[in-house]
Amino acid sequence: MKKNQASRYEIRFSGSGGQGLITAAVIFAEAVGVYDCQFVCQTQSYGPEARGGRSKAEVVISDAPIDYPKARRLDLLLAMNQAACDAYFRDLSPGGLLVVDATLVEQYPTSRIVAIPFTTIAKEELGREMVANMVALGAVGVLSGHVHAASLEKALLARVPIGTEELNQKALQRGMTEAAKVQLDTLPRSIFNDDEV
Amino acid sequence: MPETPSKRQLLQGNEAIAHGALAAGCRFFAGYPITPASEISEQLATLMPRFGGTFIQMEDEIASMGAIIGASLAGVKAMTATSGPGFSLIQENLGYACAAEVPCVVVNVMRGGPSTGLPTSPAQGDVQMARWGTHGDHPIIVLAVSTVSDCFTTTIKAFNLSEQFRVPVIILSDEIVAHTRECVELPAPEEVYIINRIRPNVPPEWYKPYEGDSRGIPAMASFGDGYRHHITGLVHDDHGFPTENPGEILNFHQRLTQKITRGFPEIMMTRSYRLEDAEVAIIAYGSVARSAMRAVEEARQQGIRAGLLQLITLFPFPRSHVTPVLKHCRAVLVPEMNMGQISREVQRVNQSFCAVVKHNRVDGQVITPDELSTRLIKL
Repeated sequence: MKKNQASRYEIRFSGSGGQGLITAAVIFAEAVGVYDCQFVCQTQSYGPEARGGRSKAEVVISDAPIDYPKARRLDLLLAMNQAACDAYFRDLSPGGLLVVDATLVEQYPTSRIVAIPFTTIAKEELGREMVANMVALGAVGVLSGHVHAASLEKALLARVPIGTEELNQKALQRGMTEAAKVQLDTLPRSIFNDDEV
Repeated sequence: MPETPSKRQLLQGNEAIAHGALAAGCRFFAGYPITPASEISEQLATLMPRFGGTFIQMEDEIASMGAIIGASLAGVKAMTATSGPGFSLIQENLGYACAAEVPCVVVNVMRGGPSTGLPTSPAQGDVQMARWGTHGDHPIIVLAVSTVSDCFTTTIKAFNLSEQFRVPVIILSDEIVAHTRECVELPAPEEVYIINRIRPNVPPEWYKPYEGDSRGIPAMASFGDGYRHHITGLVHDDHGFPTENPGEILNFHQRLTQKITRGFPEIMMTRSYRLEDAEVAIIAYGSVARSAMRAVEEARQQGIRAGLLQLITLFPFPRSHVTPVLKHCRAVLVPEMNMGQISREVQRVNQSFCAVVKHNRVDGQVITPDELSTRLIKL
């Protein structure tokens, strides 16, 4: 089936339960929907476990009202562990972008990939492994090109627990900085090997 | 009283139901947490006290249902929210609310069943149960929601119908609707149309608690108003006392049924999408209606004249809305996340007008637009 609407942009945040992927997706959706005033749908799917197990959250952005709320052909996939990368890579559209946590993903299925060690950055530079999701959120924000940095920051400050604003903000900034270093135009245009294009 | 939020905000379906309840004037919530309905309780635990209302976490769903019946009899609009296993427990007292004509709203966020089933997966397996779950012939209204904004407006509508017809109203949501977040702008409280139950305007000694008005709906006094009356789950006469008189039993049943029948035009709600020239149509409800809308669009792009009838009212089954679609289309597809519960109703009202085709999914996964457009093309 061909792509439904030219205006639709679909992101999936995936990893394991407890990594804060749903929180990251909610903040992203709030930034896009409330502060950037675009149409947005955020959905999620997780197992019954409180921690561990599969976890994914999706954000669909559109300039028209959204009927089907879930992602169909991903424009951006964030995989925070190997299992998620393996399971969802095939849902990417050919021109989609794979973003992985280089700390936890070792095998890359494509060379159209941005690998940033979110967990290592969170643990070693920010002192809390917990904020790896916010580092990733910052990076996804920049790499998607579908949200204003200021909106993302506003949404983040409105959602994170009181007392953790500074840490989370720093983590978001750190992810944005890291993503800004990436030159997307140097990547292959398709997630398939070049000889298949 | 705090202001109801009136600016653009990102809400989950469950949160929108909580806001809808408050906007409708609900000031009592009793419930027991259960995935995927817990966010309704969570929201109301925080918000209800700010509106001067009462929130109680009960020991189970049997008690939750009992508590909201009591609150409603005392004159307060009341709601509970649960999922499949809790909905099973609610049935006993739900029957009492039907018999004693106690307005109340019950939200069932459907998850995979039977039994504890699939706690975090979507399903629509409780549709017939919502209609017939409690024993005996009984009046009930069942509504289905499909978007976040629906969750808000349909909850208000549920309270209005409940108050107007003195009948429990069930809202069926599902895991997808419940956990989808979208931006909504909630209306200011004065913009919300609210219906309140009719109160007696006769002196207490003249009051007959179960004497219907011209539409068969009795005026309702609150406990403590000074109108002493008897309320029971036994079949009762106009005074509310148990009866075994065949004539009075018949009156009881006829009035209970007829108050809903007479209200059909107000109760039955559907939404039409591209049906004007449709040759094939989908009849869907809940989150599946969203997939169906996309499928209709994509089938149209391939030259198929497709349309969608989205059911908001599931019961009483909106026959008068469904029949024209059956008459004008060559075939109708009824997709559901169950083995075929509304398709039974569609088949029942289809008097050989057209082909009714089921599409069922019970693997805990959402019905996708792709699978529906594929079916539409082959119809």
